[in-house]
Amino acid sequence: MSDNPALRQTPQPETAPRTTETLLPPVDVIEDGAGITLYADLPGVPKDRLHLHVEADTLTIEGEIALPAPEGLESIHSEVGLPLYRRVFTLSKELDADRVAAEFAHGVLTLRIPKVEHAQPRRIPIQVG
Amino acid sequence: MFYRSLFPRDVFAELDRIQRGLQQGGGDLSPNIRGTARGGYPAMNVGTTPRSVEIYAFAPGIDPASLDVQLEKGVLTVAGERTSVLPPKDAPATVHIDERFSGRFRRVVTLPDDVDPNAVDARYTDGVLHISVQRKAAAQPRRIHIQ
Repeated sequence: MSDNPALRQTPQPETAPRTTETLLPPVDVIEDGAGITLYADLPGVPKDRLHLHVEADTLTIEGEIALPAPEGLESIHSEVGLPLYRRVFTLSKELDADRVAAEFAHGVLTLRIPKVEHAQPRRIPIQVG
Repeated sequence: MFYRSLFPRDVFAELDRIQRGLQQGGGDLSPNIRGTARGGYPAMNVGTTPRSVEIYAFAPGIDPASLDVQLEKGVLTVAGERTSVLPPKDAPATVHIDERFSGRFRRVVTLPDDVDPNAVDARYTDGVLHISVQRKAAAQPRRIHIQ
């Protein structure tokens, strides 16, 4: 899908105990000169049930769905069959994990991950000899 | 399943049912003429209670004003548009992953016959459109007194 080394998806390691099954939220990832913007669809997750972790070079997005359900609700058709979202990305060195900015509105998470200063683009003059 | 395997009343009908279930990706108990739009946008969950039918449309990132919900002759339609976040082609940016839906969408759900088209409540919270349709009073369970 993406061979960009900057924001690689981490394959789920077989050895790590996965206690629960989770939904994989769809994302858009766009890179420009100053950094990376990530959009993730997490419908049904209230703000207080969204968890973002940046640990070393690993970014984890987790969210728990909380829907209002009247008493005695019986499901007759279900396309969203799990209550948890989870997706893990590996960040590369030129991204500044300490300055990640997050916004969450209408079930869409927007993450802005800037590049560290020295990694930002410079125009390289070409000498004509 | 135990009951079914002990008393195979009609083996061919049973095979047909299993085959159709497989074709539709299995799991759908009530396939209808509009097919099973699994994987469509928005994803939908539908549930019932004795008093109401509850529809949850997972439609994140939509301006609620652009959502159009219609109930006509027992058929519920949810339509709208989601704008793309992707940069224009000539922008100095690279798209690495492009999985999220964008564009116009429309999904249709057939509701049970006993719903009351005048008692519909729709709410958009955390990117989920929750539509609650009351069932007609006559169809709700009543306790019958025994003389």
